[in-house]
Amino acid sequence: MPGLGISLGRGGATTFQQDLKNADCIVIQGSNMAECHPVGFQWVMEARERGATLIHVDPRFTRTSAMANLHVPIRAGTDIAFLGGLIHFLLEHERYFKDYVLHYTNAANIIREGFQDTEDLDGFFSGYLPDEGKYDIATWQYEGVSGTVPAGGHKQLYAEPGAGKGGEEEGTTARFEAHKDPTLQHPRCVFQLLKRHFQRYTPAIVSQVCGVPEEQFLKVAEALCANSGRERTTAFCYSVGWTQHSVGVQYIRTASILQLLLGNIGRPGGGILALRGHASIQGSSDIPTLYNLLPGYMPMPHARQGYDLDDYLKDHAASTGWWSNLPKYAVSLLKAWFGDAATKENHYLFGHLPRLTGNHSHMQTVADMADGRVKGYFVMGENPAVGSMNGALQRKGLRQLDWLVVRDLTLIETAEFWRHAPEIDRGDVRTEDIQTEVFFFPAAAHTEKEGTFTNTQRLLQWRDRAVDPPGDARSELHFIYHLGRRLKALYASSRERKDQPLHDLTWDYPTRGKHEEPSAEAVLQEINGYTIADRHVVSGFSDLKDDGSTACGCWIYSGCYADGVNQTARRKPAREQSWVAPEWGWAWPANRRLLYNRASADPEGRPWSERKKYVWWDAEQRRWTGEDVPDFIADRPPDYRPPEDARGVDALGGTDPFLMQVDGKAWLFAPSGVVDGPLPTHYEPEESPVRNALYGQQCNPARLEWRRRDNPLHRAWADPRYPFVLTTYRLTEHHTAGGMSRWLSWLSELQPEQFCEVSPELAAERGLTNGGWATVRTARGDMECRVLVTERLRPLKLNGKWVHQIGLPYHWGVTGRVRASGANDLIPFVADPNVEIQESKAFTGDIVAGRQATGERAAAGAPERALPPGVPELRRDSPSVGDVAHAVYQEKWEQEP
Amino acid sequence: MGQKGFFTDTTLCIGCKACEVACKQWNQLPDDGFRFTGMSYDNTGALGASTWRHVAFVERPVPLQGQATGVGDFSWLMMSDVCKHCQRAGCLEACPTGAIIRTEFDTVYVQPDVCNGCGYCVVGCPFGVISRREDDGRAWKCTLCYDRLGEGMTPACAKACPTESIAFGDLDELHTRAENRVRKLHEQGVTDAYLYGKDSANQPGTGGLNAFFLLVDRPEVYGLPPDPVVPTVKGARTWGMVALGALGMAAVALGSVLAGREARS
Amino acid sequence: MGVLDLLDRWPVFRQLRKGDATALGDTAMTERSRHLEPRTAGADRVVKSVCPYCAVGCGQDVYVKDGRILDIEGDPDSPISRGRLCPKGSATFQLVTGSHRIHDVLYRRPGGTEWERLPLERAMDMVAERVKHTRDATWEDTDVNGLDVHRTLGIAHLGGATLDNEENYLIKKLFTALGIVQVENQARI
Repeated sequence: MPGLGISLGRGGATTFQQDLKNADCIVIQGSNMAECHPVGFQWVMEARERGATLIHVDPRFTRTSAMANLHVPIRAGTDIAFLGGLIHFLLEHERYFKDYVLHYTNAANIIREGFQDTEDLDGFFSGYLPDEGKYDIATWQYEGVSGTVPAGGHKQLYAEPGAGKGGEEEGTTARFEAHKDPTLQHPRCVFQLLKRHFQRYTPAIVSQVCGVPEEQFLKVAEALCANSGRERTTAFCYSVGWTQHSVGVQYIRTASILQLLLGNIGRPGGGILALRGHASIQGSSDIPTLYNLLPGYMPMPHARQGYDLDDYLKDHAASTGWWSNLPKYAVSLLKAWFGDAATKENHYLFGHLPRLTGNHSHMQTVADMADGRVKGYFVMGENPAVGSMNGALQRKGLRQLDWLVVRDLTLIETAEFWRHAPEIDRGDVRTEDIQTEVFFFPAAAHTEKEGTFTNTQRLLQWRDRAVDPPGDARSELHFIYHLGRRLKALYASSRERKDQPLHDLTWDYPTRGKHEEPSAEAVLQEINGYTIADRHVVSGFSDLKDDGSTACGCWIYSGCYADGVNQTARRKPAREQSWVAPEWGWAWPANRRLLYNRASADPEGRPWSERKKYVWWDAEQRRWTGEDVPDFIADRPPDYRPPEDARGVDALGGTDPFLMQVDGKAWLFAPSGVVDGPLPTHYEPEESPVRNALYGQQCNPARLEWRRRDNPLHRAWADPRYPFVLTTYRLTEHHTAGGMSRWLSWLSELQPEQFCEVSPELAAERGLTNGGWATVRTARGDMECRVLVTERLRPLKLNGKWVHQIGLPYHWGVTGRVRASGANDLIPFVADPNVEIQESKAFTGDIVAGRQATGERAAAGAPERALPPGVPELRRDSPSVGDVAHAVYQEKWEQEP
Repeated sequence: MGQKGFFTDTTLCIGCKACEVACKQWNQLPDDGFRFTGMSYDNTGALGASTWRHVAFVERPVPLQGQATGVGDFSWLMMSDVCKHCQRAGCLEACPTGAIIRTEFDTVYVQPDVCNGCGYCVVGCPFGVISRREDDGRAWKCTLCYDRLGEGMTPACAKACPTESIAFGDLDELHTRAENRVRKLHEQGVTDAYLYGKDSANQPGTGGLNAFFLLVDRPEVYGLPPDPVVPTVKGARTWGMVALGALGMAAVALGSVLAGREARS
Repeated sequence: MGVLDLLDRWPVFRQLRKGDATALGDTAMTERSRHLEPRTAGADRVVKSVCPYCAVGCGQDVYVKDGRILDIEGDPDSPISRGRLCPKGSATFQLVTGSHRIHDVLYRRPGGTEWERLPLERAMDMVAERVKHTRDATWEDTDVNGLDVHRTLGIAHLGGATLDNEENYLIKKLFTALGIVQVENQARI
């Protein structure tokens, strides 16, 4: 989500599904929307029926492609080259939206003199630290600003070295000090840098890298240009087809830059719709169960000497823009958690928060688990033995635990890893030898508990409880509340400092019924926030204070319980309100449905066109008004220009629609906040069939690698053992790791078996027959599956070389009504450095006909297949880069016997 | 009341199979087994006693009008099939027990409390829709949610359909809608679009279908018979032919007798 | 019941009597058919819910009678889904009422080959004791560089993204207060 957050200010979809119907063109890329979000897809169909052009860019011809006017097959893992080509096209042919770009983006900002681009350094930006595999971002800053320009979006990155640590220096502000060239001619202004950076992303290069013929690429480019501007808008939809790459955040950055150049952000029928894959993925980031975040995208503190609340606030609050309010939100959170014990004098018990010392993400946790460093593990509503990368390494981790708690509806593979797994069937691991103690708790279903999900468009929708859960099944709310109650009791007599946070923790929620189910509404009220003095719920984040007089569990959700009413439970029927439906549920922030909607009007506050009217300045009322809640300061006139001594929100001018940003502008160029480059660059995936055609540097030089024997990687490119591109995905008929679908007969009969999709050409080459069996292999493991031979997959021609792609749905595991050994057992631990998300959309492998799986797993001791004699290993990095540069985990192989 | 039916527009079908599951859910139908067929994304194969909506997937080496794709001359058609609720319903006409009736909505309904599983209806259906369930032997098929219609509820499949590929409503309104749709598609260059089974002029062998379709290729591409004829229609034709034949033979016989007479005389 | 009544229940007789020669309509209709109604007609209440699968956020109507779910369908009032559901959403009834659901707490002891049943309260106590034991045994006041960290890396959490916001909030709140930092979610994956 930082891809959107850093570019625009907030890590959430900029628009809402219903608004897709207003689009004149929709590009779906990195998403198979018709299959994975069928009901949301009705709005795409509605646009299509109104005459919009629908474009699907995808390695496979899917059910989404079947509805598209244009389907463009692309090599998995090359979307930055494709989108970069579109950016190049716009700039080359002057087809960008000049007024929008000039006024609403940082195109005019001049970057420091020391900045060097990938054009100068063959795939690196200036500041690369070859021994650390990281960037020092000093040269990426705005000229005129001392210190780092703070990023608006995901703030957790501040504490990562090189990601904007420390913010601006005292007494300066990026808003006022930055040098600009409104003519966009200065050679170091963002606009010119952008032009130069993408100059080599020509249609010929797109064709060579992506396998997309020039003529098809140009069709997309023309459609985008024809459907953007004052009168028309284009929307982009993406999903995990973009995020699950070692350079995933930059995919979304590229789309953001493209949409900004076209002037499509903040306008009806435009925007970037991030399609989340689970009922509350968005909610799980907003109120994060993520190691590096506190609720509302505030960062978890990192370990530093003598680091107190003042330091934290100084580091993370911006001097201008909305994040100047951070002290109010941070103090209110501490008051919500530690109640009366949190006072100004004790820094609101900021010291109670544990400290981070680097990467504690899922992959690192599992690696540590496999090495015996993690003893206890809670898994709630998740199935990592099937759903996570390198499944066998996940299970190896589970085997080293002292205890494991799994909460789910049924006995998923993660609960049964000790008796149902490929390595157990093969006899490499014996059940009796596994010392992990396992607790399985049956979970309540969504109909058996009340609470909110946050959907893909930042909309919180309350569910009522329909029935009681069966037997001993309980909600997670019940489990965690009563676990907390028990732990408080167990520690009650302790006077140790380490236990003080637990004593101080507010944990007094009313309960109901014989099961003592805690009240989800009471929790939601705490999330909304209240005044300490009289415990009145606040009406929104503007009521929050930094003096300890308010409490708030998640500032961006503040307002969801405004006026003492559960706003998320509002269900005014669609037919009784406007198409925006503001009285259905509640969207963060402040019930705004289309973000940055100030940009739907021109700098003077008038709609760009009558056709694309949405929010505008009402000069008589002296207020912003329109279809939606204005995502702006309601009474700030378009002609307001802040004086140079203005600070905080006062420093936002009338033409600064991106109010979370320190300068109110969308970032074409990101001086901070993205650790692997201020501009997106095409790098090949960790495992690729080809050499990077654009730069000497093969892979993202800041990627994260886990170099371990139980996580072997293929040769960087053209590995003769693993010649094909593999990509994983979902089907309409199943859900993720299958825990909610593989046990249901009505869904399982629709897609009963693990299969692979291959082209007729690959089938002929490897002797695969439709409906028959095949075995797919990587260095991590192998898998048997049925074969679907289809024209929907085509080999792509890259620079004269044919490349085959194999499609693998990943839903199946070894338990459930329909079973298979699991496609994620094939995937390595490799990650994007910004968000530590796996690369499962593009890797390499081999396929042979028949049922030939050995069941061997690298993580269960299988030996690696050697490269054929005379075939050398290849480096993923330029020779200048140190060998261990970006290995988050380097096993000390030489020390082993 | 009035005539109700389905208009299934295959150009809007995204092949999600919501109709199949919504039908199973509402009617509490069992699964049809767990077999990978290798027939594109279709693993339920056909309509049957426990599958009353079935989505067909056609991967054809022909481009779709209005669509361009880099995979070459190719398109992927999807169609949600269902009982057609024929104007002249072969199953109903074949049923000797009175189990199959025509309802006040002009739909064809199998009464499970009467059906004795004789199976005459199975061979009576020119579409192969109705079939007997192995466990209880009775014949089952789409009821057009007869239980829901009485309360003014939309049939489960049509209600669930995310893209309105399945439209439910009054038959005359559906006819207008379908004709407008074909017109619009033709204007957009999809000249292959046509209606299948809209009325008796369109499909004399069934007298028209209350559940009719918009297709963009020949019916058999989707697994539909090009010229379905209800057996009783055939029966009538057969009797007619027999009568004609008998007349002819009689004429020939008479002719030969006369000729014989003439020859003798 | 008179003979005529009895005869009238025989479709062929009704057909003759009503002159419905083809026997294709009303005369053949049984009492069951005549009084057929949707099972939702018997519901005590309709509970407003949201589909638990993907993030589209389709509205669901849950029909309940005597504490049991009769039916789950799309909510036509929803401006997002307009009453529609995909196959997964349409299968929600089976998800929540199916026989695959486990109703008891199960326990697998170290080295064990089978599940054993545990009473819920006992299991909760056991988990709380293990959290305390592991936390106390793996606590770090400072890290290897001597920096204050006051945390444990001995315990970790992974949550699915079908948990409610309220649940995630309490998970983050409690685990943070316990010094557990490896709190992760599907959102990362």
